[in-house]
Amino acid sequence: MADLTETVRELSCAELSVREINAALRELPDGTHVRIAEPRGHHNLAVGLRRRLDVTIAGNAGYFIGGLCDGPDITVEGFVGWSVGENLMSGTIRVRGNASECAAASAHGGLVVIEGDASSRVGISLKGGTVAVAGNVGHMSGFMAQAGIILVGGDAGESLGDSLYEAVIYVGGKIRSLGSDAKTEELTPEDVARLHRIVKVTGFSHISPGDVTKVVSAKHLYHFDALKDQKY
Amino acid sequence: MCGIVGMRLKNPELERRLGELVVPMLDVLSSRGPDSTGVAIYGREADPDLTKYSLVAHGDGLDWQRLASGIAEHLGKPVELRQRGPDAVLATRADPDAVIRSLGELDPKVRLAGFGSSVEVFKDVGSAGEVCERFGIPKMAGYQAIGHTRMATESAVTTEHSHPFVVARDLALVHNGTFSNYASIRRRLSAEGVRFETDNDSEVAARYIASEMRRGLDLSDALRSVLKTFDGFYTLLVATPTAIAVVRDSFACKPMVVAETEDYVAMGSEYVALGDLPFIEKAAVFEPEPEEIYSWQI
Repeated sequence: MADLTETVRELSCAELSVREINAALRELPDGTHVRIAEPRGHHNLAVGLRRRLDVTIAGNAGYFIGGLCDGPDITVEGFVGWSVGENLMSGTIRVRGNASECAAASAHGGLVVIEGDASSRVGISLKGGTVAVAGNVGHMSGFMAQAGIILVGGDAGESLGDSLYEAVIYVGGKIRSLGSDAKTEELTPEDVARLHRIVKVTGFSHISPGDVTKVVSAKHLYHFDALKDQKY
Repeated sequence: MCGIVGMRLKNPELERRLGELVVPMLDVLSSRGPDSTGVAIYGREADPDLTKYSLVAHGDGLDWQRLASGIAEHLGKPVELRQRGPDAVLATRADPDAVIRSLGELDPKVRLAGFGSSVEVFKDVGSAGEVCERFGIPKMAGYQAIGHTRMATESAVTTEHSHPFVVARDLALVHNGTFSNYASIRRRLSAEGVRFETDNDSEVAARYIASEMRRGLDLSDALRSVLKTFDGFYTLLVATPTAIAVVRDSFACKPMVVAETEDYVAMGSEYVALGDLPFIEKAAVFEPEPEEIYSWQI
């Protein structure tokens, strides 16, 4: 919780280039609260940050927001373009609006929270982070996800969890179709406990931890085999 | 990578500001396509019997006045000439097939960028800012436009290879992506007598859609045929005087954001292209789903 007397640093995209903003962010000490004004859909804001900053992006932003970060807490007060939180290592990214394609692609750790809907390929090639989407997700979400958790509050599009490895997907609403080698499985008490924790952190109280569909790998394609009846 | 934009105005009061709205959309997408830029603008004053030919000079030394009087003499109908930078628009009531045939015969340096009673096409090599300024697009009026910023991946960087492709009357197409089976489709269309101006893959899509519409399909059905016939990654934005439509391939690999308000429907490869439009914060913003046809009619 930020100290009430703390001053909030402000950087504006109307005055600085994206490169200048990222360079300025990297100079700030742990615990700084910084606001990025007038993002106007700019790409690559707040990427590669390694300190515990509290970054607010005051509006709609573009591609790769918060990518490659290792530590900060980033909030976007609007929606984001492709690949928010790509390759996130640790920290949180919260998007108040919708996210475009490939949210949290390849994230290794941390938490990406989308309060609206997300488009296709949420958590593609996820490697360990947690992605939670309050609304719906588009097609091919969880494609080839290797580790980590994807939680969808609404409905999932076509080919959910295609070619999954060890990542686990939970869906509160309907699933249009499962991808190749994805299967549903009964929830365990550990799943429910884990979902309670995620619901608490994200504030997604519309999701009932005991009432979601769990999707995991059926492990028929887990090891590559050229003779697998063209299931790929 | 390329950038595409579209704008269909619902509020007639915005029509005099069309160019002013569309140019910044293209300008911010010049990072997606820095080598060529083009716009097709649909104007209200269309007279169905009068066809406007948007012409481009290939190389130096084209005498537009001589070309215009040559066509007037050849076809026995008056021809109005309007020069715009190095290029020109001819307007005449003569038979369009005869005009198009005689253009090449009268001067091999002339290229047809598009024709129709409603549409005018502006395209050239150069960044969005430069090209739009060269043609005076910021001051242009109209009710609909589609535009393109090109980063060439599969054919040469020339004016003829740039988008939009307007290959049939008042039918304009811009494309972000690449087709993988376009050579086979071009062979098939060529065998049916369709002629191509360039070796560009997007021209094949434009001529394919035109050919489907000649068979009687409407724009949406012609785009359904594209989904069945073309292989590759694409977002297409296609316009006629009465409709504007978007379609994305089955993987939706190429981006597209649509914003709709009471005053307009705007499309852009990235939200950043739409960010400065009036009352964008009140718009319904969404991304078209793969293999769905989205169209807006007049």
